[in-house]
Amino acid sequence: MIRLESVGLHYGTASRPGPLVLEDISFSLPAGGFRWLQGPSGAGKSSLMRLLHLELRPSGGQLVVLDNDINVLSRHDLPALRRRIGMVFQDFRLLQHLNAFDNIALPLRLAKAPEKLIAEDVGEMLRWVELTKKASHFPPELSGGEQQRIAIARAVVGRPRLLLADEPTGNLDDTQALRQMRLLGELNRLGTTVVVATHNDSLVERFPNPSLRLEDGRLVQNG
Amino acid sequence: MASRDDLGLRRLLGQEMLPLLVAAMAFLAALSIGGALEAQAVSRHWQAGAARSATVLVPNPDQPLPRRDNGPEVTRIDGVLRVLRPNQDLAQVHQLSPDELGRLLGPWLGNATDPRSLRLPGVIALRLERDDVDLVVIGQQVAAIAPGTTTEGHNAWIGRLLTLATSLEACAFAVLGLVGLVAIAVVIAATRAGLAARREAIEIVHGLGAPDTYIAGRFAGRIASSAGFGGLLGTLCAAPVLAGLAVLSAPFLEGAPFALPTRIEDVPPILLAVPVLPLACALIGYLTARLTVGRWLRSLP
Repeated sequence: MIRLESVGLHYGTASRPGPLVLEDISFSLPAGGFRWLQGPSGAGKSSLMRLLHLELRPSGGQLVVLDNDINVLSRHDLPALRRRIGMVFQDFRLLQHLNAFDNIALPLRLAKAPEKLIAEDVGEMLRWVELTKKASHFPPELSGGEQQRIAIARAVVGRPRLLLADEPTGNLDDTQALRQMRLLGELNRLGTTVVVATHNDSLVERFPNPSLRLEDGRLVQNG
Repeated sequence: MASRDDLGLRRLLGQEMLPLLVAAMAFLAALSIGGALEAQAVSRHWQAGAARSATVLVPNPDQPLPRRDNGPEVTRIDGVLRVLRPNQDLAQVHQLSPDELGRLLGPWLGNATDPRSLRLPGVIALRLERDDVDLVVIGQQVAAIAPGTTTEGHNAWIGRLLTLATSLEACAFAVLGLVGLVAIAVVIAATRAGLAARREAIEIVHGLGAPDTYIAGRFAGRIASSAGFGGLLGTLCAAPVLAGLAVLSAPFLEGAPFALPTRIEDVPPILLAVPVLPLACALIGYLTARLTVGRWLRSLP
């Protein structure tokens, strides 16, 4: 499960802190739950996602991710926890020197999965995102939408316990957006906790689930 | 862990100047090691040779010794030789002939001067059986037979030789240390350049759950292979120079004819040092890169 209690976040260092980007955030999300994360640009959605992805540590308060209190967890323990989290980045963050297959395979290889299993799982993901024919293409050879689908496939291929998606359908047409959302929904049905940050209200309406709403770094709606 | 070049280091570090710079360092290191080992070998050889030799000078060598029990007349030098030859501590007792003396003194007296026309002492060259033969005792024995006879070891010469050889070795190892430090600096610079160029890829892989040891290991492995290749290149370039050094020093290492060594202890140190150098370059590269990347990664959450 995920639990935040009075979590605050500011960039900068402890001695020279920048302005607060998240303030007094408290909510909990049970294992297997689904939350939309909404709010205007600059509200702090990406910062909250980065906190949940363990890219940042909270400046204050308590953050529990997959039952691990981040404040007491040592740096040495973080990689194993990160491997249980899938993340779809707004800017895809694909490795430009790896082809689509190897980009998707990366989490499995980091988890030391056997190559046979990797070939099967990555093949299945490529079929799901309808990019089997582009398995050997490199990101610069793919359109924005195709890169986004590869990023989604990479995030879910390891069957993470927690899936975080930051605007996962921003570059997709409606058909593809619905298809990828069904993939996230299926994963959620199988027990993965899912948090999806989006501006797309119509998508939220099509997949009704509880929402978290941020404004000016504060949580103004939970449910 | 991932088996592909997920950080894109092959293209990044393969084309850098690192192998060439390390090759230059390895070349200098090989010369330093070669110089040090050659100096060591030559000094050891000379030291062993000098330590096991001594010279006995017998003034008025042809003068007869006082007769004993109506025995035959014996010259002073023969009397000394009679004492020395049965001595078990002496491997060789050799009286220098007038011709040999002439050759020895030639550089000072010129070839025109016949040493027989000079009142020179008789000279006996001794080859000692062991290093620890007591020359004082031998000196006392010969002086008792022929008063005024002196026995000289070569301690002063050995001392100077040792100082010279030690100084040469120290210089060579100082150069080696300096070369090692420069190599470390070069590897640090190359690693930092690689980190700067691959920052995004590292952050992505780190975010996907790659531990620091994995990322640092990837960099270290890549740098080690580049440095090892550079080390091999530099060592190969240095090989003809080292062979030349060995040829030049051969006359000072007179002794057994060349034979392929059958035991590791018999392999000349210079031959052992050469294959070790590329490995040492790779190891320096690996450890330096690993530490540099490990330290850098601590700036990530």
